[in-house]
Parts: sequence; C-alpha cells; structure tokens
Amino acid sequence: MNGALVGIAGAAVLALGLGFLARRGRQMGLEQWTVGGRSFGAPLVFLLMAGEIYTTFTFLGGSGFAYGKGGPAYYILCYATLAYVMSYFLLPPIWRYAKDNGLYSQPDFFIRKYDSPMLGVLVALVGIVALIPYLVLQFKGLGIIVEVAGYGAISSTSAVWIGAVVATAYVMVSGVRGSAWTAVAKDVMILLVVVFLGVYFPLHYYGGLGTMFAAIEAAKPGFTVLPAHGESVWWFSSTVLLTALGFYMWPHSFASIYTARNTRVIRQNAVFLPIYQLILLFVFFVGFAAVLQVPGLKGPDIDLALLKLSEKTFEPWLVGVIGAAGVLTALVPGSMILMTAATLLANNLYRVFARSTDDMRVVRIAKLLVPVVALVAVYFTLSGGASIVALLLMGYSFVTQLFPALVLSLARNKRWVTREAAAAGIVAGVVTVAAVGLTHASIATLFPALPGEIKELNAGIVALAVNVIVLVAVSGAAKLATARVRTGVTARS
Amino acid sequence: MRLVHLPALLPFLAMLVGPFFVNRVTPSILGMPFLLAWCVAWILLAAGIMAAIFRLDPANRDGAE
Repeated sequence: MNGALVGIAGAAVLALGLGFLARRGRQMGLEQWTVGGRSFGAPLVFLLMAGEIYTTFTFLGGSGFAYGKGGPAYYILCYATLAYVMSYFLLPPIWRYAKDNGLYSQPDFFIRKYDSPMLGVLVALVGIVALIPYLVLQFKGLGIIVEVAGYGAISSTSAVWIGAVVATAYVMVSGVRGSAWTAVAKDVMILLVVVFLGVYFPLHYYGGLGTMFAAIEAAKPGFTVLPAHGESVWWFSSTVLLTALGFYMWPHSFASIYTARNTRVIRQNAVFLPIYQLILLFVFFVGFAAVLQVPGLKGPDIDLALLKLSEKTFEPWLVGVIGAAGVLTALVPGSMILMTAATLLANNLYRVFARSTDDMRVVRIAKLLVPVVALVAVYFTLSGGASIVALLLMGYSFVTQLFPALVLSLARNKRWVTREAAAAGIVAGVVTVAAVGLTHASIATLFPALPGEIKELNAGIVALAVNVIVLVAVSGAAKLATARVRTGVTARS
Repeated sequence: MRLVHLPALLPFLAMLVGPFFVNRVTPSILGMPFLLAWCVAWILLAAGIMAAIFRLDPANRDGAE
C-alpha cells in the first residue's frame, strides 16, 4: 500500500468515526434522523448546506470543466450565488409552513399545500429520478480518486464498490447529524487543499495568474471566455437560470431547510454563503493550469485533470492528502443523497400505499433501502460514460421542474393553481427532459427552423417553459369549468 | 416584497444579462479574464447587498422569529 492510499483510507475511517460519534446519546426517531430535531443554528446549517454543495462536482467536475471547456465553467460561480440571494426570500416561508405542519420531506410540502397525496408521490418520484445521477457522479468521483491516487493498485470498479460500501455503512449508522459533523472535517480539508492547489499550480508552472491566462490565450484564443457557438452566452445565461431556480428543489437541499432553528438562521446564511463560492475560483485555477500541462484528456476523462496534474507535480503522500479531501467531498454529499432517496422511498412511496405504518417502522424501512439505492447507483456508475458536469446538469433539468408548482403554492392566493395543473406541469416538464435526454436530441435537432441563439438554450429551460405553459393552460381550463358550473347554478336558482 | 429587498435583483441582472455585454478576455483584472473578474466581483457585491438587506430588514430585528 503506498502513501496515497494510506491517506485515503484514513479519510474514510475518519468519516465513519465521526458518524458513529455524532450518533451517541441520541434517540433516532424520524425527526432526529432526517431533520436533526429542527435544532441547528446558523453554523451547522451553513456547513450542512455548504457540505451538500461542495462535492465531487466542485472538486473534480469544476476543475475538469474549466480544463475541458474553459469559460463556460464560470456558470458554476454564478448559479449558486443567485440561488443564495433567492434563498433569503424563498426559504423562510417554506421553513415556517413545514414547522407549523410538522413536515419531514419535500413531497410532504406539496401534499399539504395542494391537499393531494398523489402529487406527493409524483414529487417523490421526480426527486428520486434526479438524485440518481447526482449519486452516480459522487461514486464516479470516488472511483476516479481511488484509482488515480492508488497509482493503478486498485481498479476503478473495485474503487466504486469500496466507496459505495463506506457511504452505505456511514449513513445507516448516523443519519443527518453525522453528515453535519463530517461536513466540518470535509470543509476544512477541502478549503486548505483547493486554495493551496489553486495558488501553487499557476505560480509553479507559469509564475502567476496573469501569465497563466496569457499563455492559455496565446495557445487557445478565446478559451477563457464563452464561445460564439455551442456553450455560448445564451447557453450560459439559460443554464445559470435553470440551475439557480433548481438549487433548492433537490429533495436533500429542501429537507436541509427544515433543520434550521428559525428563519433568521436561514436569512443570515444568505449573506455568508455567496462568499464561500469563491473557493470555486481556486478550483478553476487548477483546471486552467492543467490545460497546458496535462493536455489531451477528452470526453469524461476531463474529470481527471486535477488529479493528473497533482500526480505530475507532487510526492505520493501529498497526492494522498489531496485524494483524502476528495474522498470526503464525495462521501458527505453521497451519504446525504443516499439517505434522502431512501427516506423518500420509505416515507413518501411505501407509506402512501401502506397507511398504518408508524414512524419507527418508516425509519427501519428507510435504513434497509439505503443499500438498495446504493446498488442502483453503482450499477449506473459502472455502465455510464458522461462527465460529472453533464450528470449534474441532467439532474438539474429534472428537479427544476418542481419550481413553478412550489413558488405558486407559496403565493397568498394558492387557488391560482389547481393540483391537477401542478401535476400536469411537472409531468410535461419531466417528459420533455427525458425525451431530449433519451434521444440525445438538442433543441437544434428538434426545431431546426429556430434562430441560432435559441437553439443554444439549455434544454432544461425549454422544458421549464413547457411546464409553465401546461400549468397555466390546465389551471385556466379548470377555472373556466368551475366558472361555468357556478353561473349555471346561479341561473337555475 | 419590501422596497429594501429590491437591490437583490441586481445580481440577477448582472449574471443573467451582464455576460452578453462583458464576454471578453481584456482588460484583464488581477490576472483574470474580464468575464471571470466580472463574475467574482458580483459574488462579492451579492454578499454585500445581502448583508445590507439583512441589516435593514425589519424581519431580522431582535424578537422577530
């Protein structure tokens, strides 16, 4: 076993240890297991939310996207910032309603607001479908880290299996508090590693940031801004909008709102979380530094950029430290996603069809489902070939379809939208996303007659437009129908 | 929505509409291409704007839930 692997194994043991510790002395009821007893102050909620966001996606996906695509990677800086700004206004009413009604999950919210258990089933299904690519990308990241940092001693297939087993054990033991405390360890490590790499690589290889970007501009003109075609400004703007709206629609992000002690905690975090975004800047510097130093990575291999450059530059023990940070960035969010998907299945699907089930039984079933979900994700991880950012964008296209129905349910007059309209809109949006994804079509191939700019829009945004149109149409039709019935009644009386 | 909340719209304009006008490499700022520097500047401005809103918003006075 080399130095790198020792560091990585150490990180996995640390994560498990903290998970066990977090559990001590607490009764794990449904409320404790899933929403931490609604007792978290600003620092813990901050770490929990930050912990979900700074994942393998940022660490490997962000640097890889900067390496492979250049300027379009900046969308990652922008969308979360906008989501945090929005959170100041969007999350407090959600938190208040959830607390007053004792809700645990995202589907619970839709069920209560629209008074429709079947809408809850639909929302749970959308959430689970969106979570799978998100979980797959964490496992994929784990596999890459263990494989590269192991210098070929472990195959990527075994690495994915090892990661899945550790994540499963971890979440079955500790629930959400485990996630929050491991998030502390993870955030400290990732912060140190990423800032170090982002400062060191440009200095070491180019003598500074300015010279690095100048060298890239000389070798690949226009690489560090948005291209005229493909991932153009239109793509950028529509992708930022889609992902900003979808940010809190993830079932696990939605549920982490519930962990806050009060709404002030939430508003306070809206101030601090944008600054945390700046870590991404260093991630991009790493990716850009790799452009001219480890050229030639293509397709899904762009995700290897950070680790390949580290391997080229450092001693194995330091690669081990970097790999260990990477393992934590995959494990913490991975466990969170696993737990959310299992809870959704148990609480929002199983329970709907077996009504007499009590809370303790739901917790037991959820725990049993954790390994099942992990197995499904391992299957897709081993069979898929998309890059990390492509996987996340796919998940976002699905999950953002919940946004219109959610926001309209918060409006004072919730009769604006009927439950049928909400459901029809979500289905229309999801079907559009799936159709585009399965046929590998883009807006350009579906509608060749459209002007060039529109063709470059993110397909998820187009699906969102379809969603809203259907929602308004069905709602309008329902309103007309009731109006007609009402006038009919008046005429008769 | 109160009047004090309105500045929260600025980061949206800057990040969704702004790139159409600032998609350029030069002038480079602190070594970064202009577009990247624009995004970074607006992250800091967004945090500043939210801090100001947080202070001025009556919802955050002591005693409010």
